[in-house]
Amino acid sequence: MSLISDQIQNQINSHDIILYMKGNDKFPMCGFSSAVVQILKTLDVNFETVDVMQDSTLRAGIKEFTNWPTIPQLYVKGEFIGGCDIVREMYQTGELQTLLADKGILKFPK
Amino acid sequence: MAMPSDQINCLIVQAFPDAHIDLKDFRGDNDHFLLTITSALFGGKTRIQQHQMVYEALQGHMGTTLHALSLKTQIPTE
Repeated sequence: MSLISDQIQNQINSHDIILYMKGNDKFPMCGFSSAVVQILKTLDVNFETVDVMQDSTLRAGIKEFTNWPTIPQLYVKGEFIGGCDIVREMYQTGELQTLLADKGILKFPK
Repeated sequence: MAMPSDQINCLIVQAFPDAHIDLKDFRGDNDHFLLTITSALFGGKTRIQQHQMVYEALQGHMGTTLHALSLKTQIPTE
């Protein structure tokens, strides 16, 4: 394992919800990242963000780690959930809420 | 960075010969696309796997030449 994949593995193990994004939750730098932040805020869950724009090695590394060509990328309890399109679709169908409730993260399912 | 919609269609048809493809260039700038693909080849795959199949079909263009492509994958209903 390379250094960067160790670092990513460590990050996703350390946080129930971690979002690799452009910018941060206060200042998302891309509409797709912003949409996922909005969904997580609406669900009122705690989440960690990692700004890939601060680290080009990480930006390339996460794409390879997940085998996913785009940012944002959402991980829940160490599992890749999806990018913006999938997260949005799951939120609309209620699957995301169910998943978070099943994992004991969502306290008040909406 | 942009990519003509013909080229996207072509790559998708190659990988998903049965697909019904709905591609919208919603800003008219060859850079912001809404792509819906309906194909039986998605059967039995998770959503993540379905999207990975499409990204593979796009041969490295996703995230590079293609900046903003919103993707929806579907399995045809009888």
